[in-house]
Amino acid sequence: MSSPILRLVAQRVLLGLVLLLAVSVLIFAGTQILPGDVAQAILGQSATPEALANLREQLGLNDPAWLRYVHWLWGILHGDFGTAQSSGLDIATSISTRLKNTLFLAACAAIVAVPLAIILGLIAVRYRNGFVDKLISGLALASTSFPEFFIGYVLIYFFAVKWQIFPSISTVDDSTPFLERLQAVVLPATALTLVVLAHMMRMTRAAILNVMQSAYIETAELKGLKAFDIIRKHAFPNAIAPVVNVVMLNLAYLIVGVVVVEVIFVYPGMGQYLVDHVAKRDVPVVQAVGLIFAAVYITLNIVADIAAIVANPRLRHPK
Amino acid sequence: MALRQIPFTAWVGLILTGFLAFCAIFAPWVAPHGNGEIVGDVWEPMSAAHWLGTDNLGRDLISRMIYGARITMEIAVAATALSFSLGSILGFTAAVFGGWFDTLLSRFVDLLMSIPTLIFGLVVLSVLPTTTLTLILVMGILDSTRVYRLSRAVAVDINVMDFVEAAKLRGEGKAWIIFREILPNALSPLVAELGVRFIFAVLFLSALSFLGLGVQPPDSDWGGMVKENKDGIVFGIPAALIPAAAIAVLAISVNLVADWVLNRTTSLKGGRG
Amino acid sequence: MAENQAKAKSGQASSGKLLDIRNLRIEATVYPPGEAPKTITLVHEVSLTLEKGKVLGLIGESGAGKSTIGLSSMAYGRGGVRITGGEVILNGRDIMKVGPKGVRALRGREVCYVAQSAAAAFNPAHKLIDQVVEATLLHGTATRAEAEKRAIALFKKLSLPNPETIGERYPHQVSGGQLQRVMTAMALCSEPDLIVFDEPTTALDVTTQIDVLAAIKDAIRDTHVAALYITHDLAVVAQVSDEIMVLRHGRLVEWGGTRQIIKEPRQEYTNALVSVHEIEHREQQPGTTPFLSVKNVTAAYGGGHVKVLKNVSVDIYPGQTLAVVGESGSGKSTLARAITGLLPPEQGTVTFDGRPLANRLADRPKEDLRQLQMIYQMADVAMNPRQTVGTIIGRPLEFYFGIKGRERDKRVAELLDEIEMGKGFVDRYPAELSGGQKQRVCIARSLAAKPKLIICDEVTSALDPLVANGILKLLLNLQQVEKVAYLFITHDLATVKSIADSIAVMYRGEVVRYGSKSKVLTPPFDAYTDLLLSSVPEMEIGWLEKAIAGRRMASAGN
Repeated sequence: MSSPILRLVAQRVLLGLVLLLAVSVLIFAGTQILPGDVAQAILGQSATPEALANLREQLGLNDPAWLRYVHWLWGILHGDFGTAQSSGLDIATSISTRLKNTLFLAACAAIVAVPLAIILGLIAVRYRNGFVDKLISGLALASTSFPEFFIGYVLIYFFAVKWQIFPSISTVDDSTPFLERLQAVVLPATALTLVVLAHMMRMTRAAILNVMQSAYIETAELKGLKAFDIIRKHAFPNAIAPVVNVVMLNLAYLIVGVVVVEVIFVYPGMGQYLVDHVAKRDVPVVQAVGLIFAAVYITLNIVADIAAIVANPRLRHPK
Repeated sequence: MALRQIPFTAWVGLILTGFLAFCAIFAPWVAPHGNGEIVGDVWEPMSAAHWLGTDNLGRDLISRMIYGARITMEIAVAATALSFSLGSILGFTAAVFGGWFDTLLSRFVDLLMSIPTLIFGLVVLSVLPTTTLTLILVMGILDSTRVYRLSRAVAVDINVMDFVEAAKLRGEGKAWIIFREILPNALSPLVAELGVRFIFAVLFLSALSFLGLGVQPPDSDWGGMVKENKDGIVFGIPAALIPAAAIAVLAISVNLVADWVLNRTTSLKGGRG
Repeated sequence: MAENQAKAKSGQASSGKLLDIRNLRIEATVYPPGEAPKTITLVHEVSLTLEKGKVLGLIGESGAGKSTIGLSSMAYGRGGVRITGGEVILNGRDIMKVGPKGVRALRGREVCYVAQSAAAAFNPAHKLIDQVVEATLLHGTATRAEAEKRAIALFKKLSLPNPETIGERYPHQVSGGQLQRVMTAMALCSEPDLIVFDEPTTALDVTTQIDVLAAIKDAIRDTHVAALYITHDLAVVAQVSDEIMVLRHGRLVEWGGTRQIIKEPRQEYTNALVSVHEIEHREQQPGTTPFLSVKNVTAAYGGGHVKVLKNVSVDIYPGQTLAVVGESGSGKSTLARAITGLLPPEQGTVTFDGRPLANRLADRPKEDLRQLQMIYQMADVAMNPRQTVGTIIGRPLEFYFGIKGRERDKRVAELLDEIEMGKGFVDRYPAELSGGQKQRVCIARSLAAKPKLIICDEVTSALDPLVANGILKLLLNLQQVEKVAYLFITHDLATVKSIADSIAVMYRGEVVRYGSKSKVLTPPFDAYTDLLLSSVPEMEIGWLEKAIAGRRMASAGN
């Protein structure tokens, strides 16, 4: 690994950290400064002045905004996300199990979706403009147009209600054994897979097609290489970076899809936690969960960029 | 342009979009019953009297669907209009003027886009009053970032072309360059993007309403109707699937139209049309 | 396969022919927007034969089908192109009938390919040496050690620097001219019977081209390989070929020995190609006062970091042509940008009619802008695709003179006549014009402003030779009529000789030689001008050897 790569990667990581800091400011600002009076928003228009004053005191709203932000960020950096207003529970504790659940669900979906998308993308390239390709791009169009809950409820309607193969509600807790847990996430993971599959496949197809149309592929063909060897020796090394990039971007997308899917299947993860507390206007929870989602999203994007940097031969072997 | 040149898929898209738009615009005249009117039992099956059955409160589902089309499209159109005018004006200005204005705006948009739209939308909605106006503003402003990026990119591409340089050498003013040289060439990709943004607005609104954070009862958009009727699913009552399918149909048909517009532009490379 | 090769040997022995293409017909399906797909024929019943160790040049304009024919000798159709008729007999068997396995066996073994852009044709992910020996190892004609030894020997033969180690580099670490030679080594490494050279020097600067050309020629001679040499440049092909085949629109025009084609062409089209640079233009002596003077101009990009113009001074006289000639990176186009104000000079002045021009474009009055017009290399991006020819030509009339309505239409029609197009084109869009017509419209647009000076930036470089010739003649005629001066920027010395009154030779941002045409083109030369002039291929057999010998002497003398 030579120095320009290290420098670029370091730059990208640093940029990511700066971005994360800026995002934390934005999320804080979005909940604290934007609407005017948080206390009013929480208690509603009919709240008594004493109640408002009490809540303001309790939330530390009498401090200037920047000070509250510094306190908040300082706490987060030490693993303290504060307490939920609605329940008085420690947010970090609530998050830890839910984050595990969400990551488990997302991982299950990713394990299926990523290889499937790459294989289907390859098939689409191999039979470009043929029937399979058209079918795949038609399905892609459909699935990018379907809302998550359409896919989710169709799955429930058939697999849980009509045929009763899987449970319609994916309740899990800490004591749920692994296999049962796996069974519980089959439907939500399938729904998530369907949500990201088409997009990932389309992008994979475009990335591989771009490589396959390069002049050096023609050179290999004119040397008499077999199609398989052309792909293995000449296309693959150049396609890794764009494909990894596509995968990472779509995993980031998957993180967002999780929110709605969890609500559909009543799965006790981060998404449902967020939605519940948005409805309760529980600002500390919303801030904390929002920041974690954003952090995961930004991290995946950084990984995508780094993959592209590391796999670029021009950067790996500088002049 | 001859009608015969419109491909089949585009026809499907145009007709379906037109049909749904018609329902939305003429909802009070088309719907057999009022929006909130209770006409029968809870979750009645499909019948001659109620073509799609009744909903969780015994309201006529097809009437609710038609009014739902109206609410869904109203908000989506307003949000798209906002995101488009905001995004394209700022994007074009940034591209043509460049300098600190461009840098500042572009970095801010990068920042906004580094948080998933749905997540940031939820964060903001947790403290804002849930009114139609807030929804439109939040959706419109968050989505304008994408329009900004596209229109800026398109305008930057065109701005460095020789024919724009030729106009600058001739001594033309900024207004001529934006409106006569750049805009006519940027229009087609932007029109295609308009469709994509509209779909995004529909899906975004539906997701928010489904999560209970969008349109508030007793009014309902399609996403809200899915939420109202979702509990029936476990009893084998498919009422929730109907509005969900309607969203899918709307999104697909607009997508088909947008695809067609986009293909026409990429293959034409200027000229008539 | 063994049988095939046995047959190949006997076939070869009996006929002496390596390649025998008979009645080749090549088609492609095109998808015009908004219309049903249709099949077009790219090559119409072309036949050719090539003996072992001989070089056949295929020459023609773009769309002549020369690359398509070349690739058919490898049974390859690029991008949906199909060979639909005729036979391609290589080493005694029809390669259209050998099946996919048979085709793979001959590619890289019997026939190899050298592409126009080696930079794109090498895989960026692998070392050069691995790619050079790949075909040899694949076809099992040598061990890895032997193949690498052979590759290094070829690198040496092709005068590549550091032949032992250059193979360890990656494609992007090697310059374009060197990469082109490495690709030639790659083609020669598996010791094929035939190499298809597809415009191997077209993308190179003229001073690089001559070295690569000489290297290729030596390599062909020493290895006794046969070659199909594809190019649009007759002077280049005359240096390397035994025979030349002239193609146009996918049909054979003329086929004969190199000497016959360039000295006694039988077809009118060939004759036109041969005499393309013979434009009559008598040099005008510089007048007493120049109307535009560039004095000690220095310009840079990136806030002064990259100096692209260093202390440049030139003068332009009314109604005359100053040609600025140089290779890529010489700063010739930057000079145009500095004069027009697009890149304000850091130092120095541009004076016009005795008064200084504002440095920045934005500070110049409309009248100054009108006097300086510009024509670009790429005519199709120099016109707004959404405007009609009438609007494009009419806008300067409106903008500078306020001419509107019927009078404007009349003037547009006159201008269209002047550029030999006629008023039928008024309602056309640029996309509906041919390359030459587009450039004519751009000329009309600049003339509409009635300028004193038109800056022509490589205006003929993207055009086929005959079309380019027409444009040059038009420009010279218009100069007579309109008394307009040209600043003619080009890399092509032949063009310069045809039209210039005075010449400035630029190298790395500096003017290294400047004066009237006859003075600049008469010895004694400075080193760079000498190199440049001696590098321009001349349509003369044996020119390459003479030029190379001349260089060796020069460098020995130094």
